[in-house]
This record gives sequence, structure tokens and C-alpha cells, in this order.
Amino acid sequence: MSETSPQDFKHLALTLAGAQESAPWLDTLRFEGTEQWLEAQWPGRRTELWKYTPLSSLQRGQFTSWGSAQAYTLADEALLTLDAIRLVFVNGEFDAQASSGDAAGVVRFSQADSTQQALIEANLGKIVDTKRHLFASLSNAWTQDGVLVHVPKNTKLELPIYIVHISTPEAAAATANHRVLVLLEESAQAEVIEHFVSDEQQQNGFVNSLTEIQVGANAHLSHYRMNLEEEHLIHIGGVHINLASDAQYLGFTLSEGSQLKRIDYQICHKGKGAHAGLNGVYLPRNKHLLDYHTNVEHEAPHCTTSEVFRGIIADSARAVFNGRIHIHPDAQKTLAELSNKNLLTSDQAEIDTKPELEIYADDVKCAHGATVSQLDQTSMFYLRSRGLTEKQARTMLSFGFINELLQDLPQQAVREHLHRHLTQLFDKDQFVS
Amino acid sequence: MLDIRNLNARVEETEILRNLSLNIKPGEIHAIMGPNGAGKSTLGNILSGRPGYEATSGEIEFNGKNLLEMDIEERAREGLFLAFQYPVEIPGVSNMEFLKASVDARRKHLGQPELSSFDFMKIARETSKRVSLDAAFLKRGVNEGFSGGEKKRNEIMQMMLLEPSLCILDETDSGLDIDALQVVAAGVNSMRSPERSFIVVTHYQRLLDFIVPDYVHVLAGGRIVKSGGKELALELEAKGYSWLEDEVA
Ligand SMILES: Nc1ncnc2c1ncn2[C@@H]1O[C@H](COP(=O)(O)OP(=O)(O)OP(=O)(O)O)[C@@H](O)[C@H]1O
Ligand SMILES: [Mg+2]
Repeated sequence: MSETSPQDFKHLALTLAGAQESAPWLDTLRFEGTEQWLEAQWPGRRTELWKYTPLSSLQRGQFTSWGSAQAYTLADEALLTLDAIRLVFVNGEFDAQASSGDAAGVVRFSQADSTQQALIEANLGKIVDTKRHLFASLSNAWTQDGVLVHVPKNTKLELPIYIVHISTPEAAAATANHRVLVLLEESAQAEVIEHFVSDEQQQNGFVNSLTEIQVGANAHLSHYRMNLEEEHLIHIGGVHINLASDAQYLGFTLSEGSQLKRIDYQICHKGKGAHAGLNGVYLPRNKHLLDYHTNVEHEAPHCTTSEVFRGIIADSARAVFNGRIHIHPDAQKTLAELSNKNLLTSDQAEIDTKPELEIYADDVKCAHGATVSQLDQTSMFYLRSRGLTEKQARTMLSFGFINELLQDLPQQAVREHLHRHLTQLFDKDQFVS
Repeated sequence: MLDIRNLNARVEETEILRNLSLNIKPGEIHAIMGPNGAGKSTLGNILSGRPGYEATSGEIEFNGKNLLEMDIEERAREGLFLAFQYPVEIPGVSNMEFLKASVDARRKHLGQPELSSFDFMKIARETSKRVSLDAAFLKRGVNEGFSGGEKKRNEIMQMMLLEPSLCILDETDSGLDIDALQVVAAGVNSMRSPERSFIVVTHYQRLLDFIVPDYVHVLAGGRIVKSGGKELALELEAKGYSWLEDEVA
């Protein structure tokens, strides 16, 4: 199939959005998004942020419609079992029947009251760094509905917010926009779980997702984001986080591969003493292309960042990991660590990994490292000497490699779900062959 | 049980074992002693099929089968067990899952049904008690952060769970405190049976006070230079190895 030119693709993408009914109070955001999207330079091989990730499969996609809720069948236990406030979207459209529970401050944009509308207007599209995230402007242009999680000062949300995005194949290749805005005021606490999943049938969609998070002074957010969709779905996602003084953000992200998946995380330490912890796992196989770009801006002193990403790349898949930490002149006494480890389980598998440290303050402690390796031969021998087949041993060691990040997840439902889901994935012949 | 005839073996490109012969009958315990670098671990590695270790000539028969033709895991399923001199740490792989997979593999080979997770857990807990390892170790990563002595006890626990017919203990006593030494010895003794044989590699006569061998062999320079009864160990303790080299020469 032929590729649409960037310019045509941009226009096409915008016409799709035109089909929606839109809340007028979001018009400004949409207009600005539209302008930026049209002006933005389309990434090519020389565009640093997109160097290893061609958008050709997106341009070949022939997207002609806007997603709408369809009937779907999920695999057994595809969703988490947990007591939570649950918001389910199907191809971007809210599914009231599958959703449950509510809490003050948790509302869809389309249902927001005037105070909430004001909050959304003041923050939506303001946290995201559109320069580093091209598809944020498209998301802005597309914004209609989304989820606002607003937790007032000194308040703790008792239940986790569980936001599910289900994709299903549609008659014609369709696009969906997912938008989440999390605002934690001073000393507030919350847990947000985003779960992207799909009907098991082959997908033909493109999902653009953007989550913006403001963690207020001394507030605390736990955030999980899982991309467990079918392998044909194209997903481009971004998570942008601003941290006020002494704020804490603990994030975990896991992605299976697909024909094109690109996830950006940007964390800005805006106030002193903030802490960000971000762990991630990526698991591309077959011919997947999976790209994680993370960027941490240390703008204030005494902040800490701990970031650990691990990937297993199988078959002829390609993964990209780019982890940048930028320490501004004022960010003295920063402690930042970034580790990226990769396991290649086939000769055709590829990883481009690049940790980038840019340090403009003198009194800081930073460490970063990236490794690419194969399974440890001594461990293989040990397991086989206890009667495990070579394949069993490979599976166990590969799983162990990422399980180091899974086993300590505080949220039991996520931990158990991923353990079960990934055990099944790893048992499939192709993954660690 | 095990019959090694005129074995020559090399590691990478170096010839290590030379014309080594050893016959072990069911129920026997053979101790192997000898200086550092003599080839004791190499023998264990050859027997268990470790990659990089190659028998260049000679034969090894294990329970009537040609051992050298078997895969690593086949040997294990047939009942050969090597307690490692340096057990491997595997973070992220739960000890319990690993143990269950290995016991399942052995049981399947013997035509026994797989154990349910619940039954296995019960047995594993009981066994960990027998080697004085807290049951919490079952939940940790394989040997992850275990002390030297805990790793050795974990090896013995695996041996007990797998019920092998030939157990090779490579310096399982090194790094053990007195209590742990007794625990390990008691474990081995509890497993002694007319059908099960042991090769105990050690530097210390002390262990052989607890695990009394039928034969003691001295391995030096890749060959067995002397064999005898348990009193040979005492003699070695008193005189060291140099007199043997004179004797051979
Ligand atoms: N993987 C290897 N690569 C190269 N040389 C090796 C390897 N393994 C063993 N060797 C060499 O083979 C010889 C015998 O080693 P082995 O480990 O069998 O000795 P050992 O008798 O067990 O000694 P120790 O009492 O110190 O444990 C040594 O010289 C050792 O350096
Ligand atoms: Mg040795």
C-alpha cells in the first residue's frame, strides 16, 4: 500500500476530527493544536527524536474514520480485578455500561461542571511539551472528551482510578484520541491505572494518547500505564508530568510491541525536593517496532530521579530506548540514576539504546548505563542441570529478567495480572525461541 | 551406577582430566580429595554436561546408558545431580517456581504425575525445614542475596526434592559453619540408600567424620593418584598431598 505524504496525512488527520461533536469551551485548545500540527515539521531520518522510528506504517494506514464504540470480546481475565473507579472507553467512546463507581473530582470532560471546565482549560495542553512530542498537537486538535482526575488539597482518593481503553477492529481503519488530565493539589494522594487493551482480532486502528499530570507540593501519585494491545494497532502515546516541591511521582509502564508503538515520558522537576521513580518494560517480538523516549528535566535543586527500563527484544523486532536527563544550572544536589538493560533473544532482534546526560550544575550525582546482552550461559546450565529443557530455561530466565521490575509493584492487581499475562506470552513458542 | 573408563577431558583447549577411571556401585559413597586445580570440579562438570567441557576419549556409563550422549537435562532427569561449588544467583526467578519446574520434570520422566502447587508447596516447606532454611527463602529469587552457607543449603534442598540416584557434591562443605555442616551432613545421611550413590568432593577430612565414605580417592593433575578407604582421608589430613606426587613419580 502506498504512503500518504506528510502534508496529506496531516490534513486527513484533521478532517477526521472535524466529524466529532465538540464542546465549544475546548475550541481554543483545538485551534491551537490544529495550527501547531500543520506547522510542525514532519519527522525524517535526521530528526533526532524520531531517528530510528519511521512513521511509514502510520502514513500507509488509510485512516478514514473516527473511532466509535463497537461490540467486543476480550480474552478471559483481560482486565484487572480490583476495587476501583472504573472508566471504560471503546475506540475512544465512553462505555457507560462497562464503567462503574465514581468519586468527587473524577469526571469526563464532557460532563465537567463550570469549575471543572475552568480547571481543564487552565491545565489541558499546558503541561505537555509539544516541542518534544509532535503528536501532542494532534491530540490537542482532536480533543473532545477525556478524563479529569482532580484531587483537592490534603485529600486522598481511597480507590484507584482505573481507566481502560479498548480497541476493536472497525469497518474502516479508524483513529481514537485518549486524553487524561491528573491534577493533584498540595498533599493530595491518588493512584491512576491506565490500561490499553484490545479485542483479540486483528486491529486496524491508530490510537493517539496523551496523559498530563500535575503533582502539587508534597502530593503523591502512583501511576501505572500498560499497553497490551494486539500487534497491528498503532499507538503513539505521551505522558507529561510536572512535579512541584516535595512531590512524588511513582510510575510504571509496560508495552508489548506492535507494528508501530512510540511512547514518550517527560518529567519536569519544577520545585525543590521532588522525587520521580519510573520503571518500564518493553517486549517487542515478531516484526514490531517499539520506541520509548523518556526525558527528565531537573529544573530545581534537591530533586531525585530513579529510572529503570528493561526490554526483551525477540524475533526480528526492533526497539528504541532513549533516556535523557537534563540537569539545569539551578538544580544543585540532584541525584539521578538511569539504567537500561536489554536482552536480545534472536540474532535478528535489534535495539538502539541511548542514555543522554546533560549536566549544567556542578554539585550533582548522576549515573547512567545501558547494556545489551544475551541470556547468561551459567544460569542456563544451572537450570538445565536441574532437569529444565533449554526452552524452559530460556523462558524462565527471560521472565526473570523483567520480573525483577514486576515483583515489587505495590499494586497487587497489576502485579498479578502482568505475571499471569506475561507467563502466557512467554510460553508462546515464538517469544523466547 | 556410574562407570568411568579411561576418561580424557578438556576445558576450552586445555587437557584437564587424564585417563581417569572410576567405578561407583549403587549405595556407595566416594570421597574425592585433591589440591586446588586438580580437576575435581571439571569431573563434576563433565558428568553433568556443562557446555565448554568436553570428553575427548573414554566412556562413561550411567545406569547402563551412555552418559556422554545425553543432554544436560536428560542427565538430570535420569537422576544425576550436581550440587554446585558456586551456586548461581538468578534474580527475578522465584526459587519456588524453579524448584517446582525441576521436580515436575523429574517426576514426568519417572512416569509420576505432576504435583499440584499446593502439594508441592507443602513438600518444599518441609524440605526447607530439614536444611534449616526459612520458608521465606522459597519466595526469593533463586539464590538471590543468599549467604554462601544458605546457597549450599539450597543445593541440598534441591537434592532432597529431586531424589536423584547419583549425587555429586562439589565442596558443599566450604564456607559452612559447624551447625550448617551438620545440617548438610544429616541431609546427605538421611538420603543414603542402597540405590543411591554419592560423590563427595571436599578439602576437609572433617566432613568425612559426618558423611562416612566407602572410598577415598585423591585426584591430582587430572588423574586419580591414589584410592583407599576412609582412613586415607586422615592420612592426607596429616601429610598433605606432596608425598603422593613423589609416590606417583
Ligand atoms: N572454564 C574454564 N576455562 C579455562 N580453564 C578452566 C576452566 N575450568 C577449569 N579450568 C582449569 O582446569 C583446571 C582444573 O580446575 P577445577 O575447577 O576442575 O579444579 P578443582 O580441582 O575443582 O579445584 P578447587 O579445589 O580449587 O575447586 C584448573 O587449572 C582450572 O584453571
Ligand atoms: Mg573445584
